[in-house]
Amino acid sequence: MIKRLLPYPLLFVGLVLMWVLLQQSAGIGQLLLGAAVAFGATHAMAALVPEQPKVRRLDKVLLLMWLVLVDVVRSNIAVTAIIILGHRRPEQSGFLRLPLDLRDKTGLAVLACIVTATPGSAWLEHRAADNSVLIHLLDLKSDQEWITTFKDRYETLLLEIFQ
Amino acid sequence: MSLSELPLWLVLAVGIFAILGAMLTLVGTIGLVRLNNFYERVHAPTLGTSLGSGFILLASILYFSVTAQRPSVHEVLIFIFVSLTTPVTLMLLARAALYRDRMESPNARLDPDADIKSEIPGIEIREIR
Repeated sequence: MIKRLLPYPLLFVGLVLMWVLLQQSAGIGQLLLGAAVAFGATHAMAALVPEQPKVRRLDKVLLLMWLVLVDVVRSNIAVTAIIILGHRRPEQSGFLRLPLDLRDKTGLAVLACIVTATPGSAWLEHRAADNSVLIHLLDLKSDQEWITTFKDRYETLLLEIFQ
Repeated sequence: MSLSELPLWLVLAVGIFAILGAMLTLVGTIGLVRLNNFYERVHAPTLGTSLGSGFILLASILYFSVTAQRPSVHEVLIFIFVSLTTPVTLMLLARAALYRDRMESPNARLDPDADIKSEIPGIEIREIR
């Protein structure tokens, strides 16, 4: 029953929250209006994508967000140093092909966004045939450290959250 | 409320955050000009869209929360939208570059499953097992 009324409860809550933030008022009128918009949007979403991502561990989502924040700060400093040092830098950029254990579509999308949003690494292409990904790193010298972070932190967490 | 009536800590904090954010964004744009090839240049603007915009929005949240006497947090939405949309744009651009490189290589194959190592001269891929 609740599933038919609200096919995407998390999306619904997120959209109402967004509406309230945008209007900068949590009055009853704005809440109702936001709920109406969110209701329509979640049903439009349901019409588009029949398969629903399952978020199994909400606590791990918070941990993941924290880890991403720490990594974004670290890589901002690293990339700033690389750009300012310019052509004198000893680092080389390059391509990596990494095999993945994660297969869930939503998980892969989140992983791609994390990797690309973090300065210094970019997710180029996912190859479905062997579930591997092509990644470009600005600093290939520290690639071993990067792979460890990628595999042990992000992929393991996303496996727990989505798979 | 004029600038001289604001508490000193607020002026300092807002100033430092705004300048830090602006500097990071500037470094990102310099990188866009200075880095060596397309795939390297893709990394530079993410400075501005991650911490750069983060600091500027933090300054905005601080300033307007104190001067308007009520929490101003809708800047968080800007941060969320920017962090969600830039990776998508960057991936599109990078994949367009890959596609072009594949097309221009002598033994072009459009199949994304084909290994680009043997296809594109000058690009070396390190395989991790």
